[in-house]
Amino acid sequence: MIQLVDLNKYFEEKHVLKNINASFLPGVANLVIGASGGGKSVMVKTMVGLEKPTHGQVLFEGQDYHNLEYEEQQILRREIGMLFQGTALFDSLTVEQNVEFPLLMFSNLSKEERMDRVNLCLSRVNLVNANKKTPAEISGGMKKRVGIARAIALNIKYLFCDEPNSGLDPLTSRVIDALLHDITKEFGITTIINSHDMKTVKDIGEHIVFVHQGQKWWEGSKDELSNAQKSNPELDAFVKASF
Amino acid sequence: MNVFTEVGRYILFMRYVFKRPERGRVFWNMLVREMNLIGIDSLVVVILIAIITGAVTTVQTASQLTSDAGVLPPSLFPMSIVGSVVGSSSVLEIAPTITCLVLAGKIGANIASEIGNMRVSEQIDAYEVMGINSIGFVSFPKILAGVIVIPMLIIVSTFLLIFGGLLAAKLTGIMTLDEFVTGLRSSFVPLYARVLMVKSYVFSFIITSLSCFQGYYTVGGALEVGEAGTKAVTKICVTILLFDLIIAKLLL
Repeated sequence: MIQLVDLNKYFEEKHVLKNINASFLPGVANLVIGASGGGKSVMVKTMVGLEKPTHGQVLFEGQDYHNLEYEEQQILRREIGMLFQGTALFDSLTVEQNVEFPLLMFSNLSKEERMDRVNLCLSRVNLVNANKKTPAEISGGMKKRVGIARAIALNIKYLFCDEPNSGLDPLTSRVIDALLHDITKEFGITTIINSHDMKTVKDIGEHIVFVHQGQKWWEGSKDELSNAQKSNPELDAFVKASF
Repeated sequence: MNVFTEVGRYILFMRYVFKRPERGRVFWNMLVREMNLIGIDSLVVVILIAIITGAVTTVQTASQLTSDAGVLPPSLFPMSIVGSVVGSSSVLEIAPTITCLVLAGKIGANIASEIGNMRVSEQIDAYEVMGINSIGFVSFPKILAGVIVIPMLIIVSTFLLIFGGLLAAKLTGIMTLDEFVTGLRSSFVPLYARVLMVKSYVFSFIITSLSCFQGYYTVGGALEVGEAGTKAVTKICVTILLFDLIIAKLLL
């Protein structure tokens, strides 16, 4: 389980995250929802260690991530996969090499074993016959799939996805959503998806955290969402505006 | 951002550059690739600049010595002085400094833009999330490759500067080759070779480390990536000239 305890983040004078306390449940798709500019991306970046919190803690199974020694942080990071909003594929490498990269860095597999794992991951995201293409030669949806394949190449425990549907057509978005849901269940990983797409919430969301103006406004299961809307005008406005 | 903050950030950056690479084999492959990019790809420009600069220095020095405008009459100067001046200035100044200023424009801008592009496209963040020391991963092979290869380019450049001088002397007929070589030999001081090597290593470290630093902290988009290249070249040139003075003062 990942927990945020009194998480605060300032960028100079700007208070971006305000006393956030939240839990992300293991083995399910946790969705962080909220309007653009509300602090979702900063929250996710703080959770994976790309930003340092000003105050507060990010606990991975009770371990305070930001208080770990540098080497310990690096080890924990090898259990984390991330799908970036812009995919962040290594543009000088082919699709195959992108997925192979984490294996090359952190496993002792032979070349053949690495290739088997690469092909398994690529077939898992339904991407075939693209091994030798570079990121510039494939579509946005395919890039997202390569990003997912790269993220799951190692046996990760946590998968973070920053706006996985941004820039995709509705049909491809649903395919990516389904893929993230299936991978979460198949590998039993804790998935944290940062999104403002209510369709994603409806389709694959299990545990929802609503972030509004840098604060956690509401947290609960998808089934509790409609009830929560009645007592939470900001959440209600966000949900209604999304449909 | 003031100079002290920038220097502080640079020192903190360098702390992470020299950490042990995660995977030796990957590091070695990257090192060889960078040595090729920095060394082999820069060879033609270094050769051209060295030969031409050597020839120009010879022609201009000879012209000044034979000019009637000088304080002393031209007949008082043996033409071998031209070889002496060209030899000393090539070893002490032109080969290390001019070559490195040219390489700053070529290699420095290239490295800063490459890393800057990786930064704005979140590739650096991807390395970090994977548990890779991104500073060391992208910078260490480039810095080490530069420190290995750039001094080699400077040594090649030194010989070619003198060769350019000889060529100019021969083709223009301003002096005999014997006069040029006599001057060259008479001016040779072993200390100059040591100064050349010290400058080579210091300047190559400045070129590669400053360009990596500038690229790594790029914030923004395509425009800022271009700016990172320009800023890197400016900072490298100023720093090289500053250290040129410091080394000259300390060693000569």
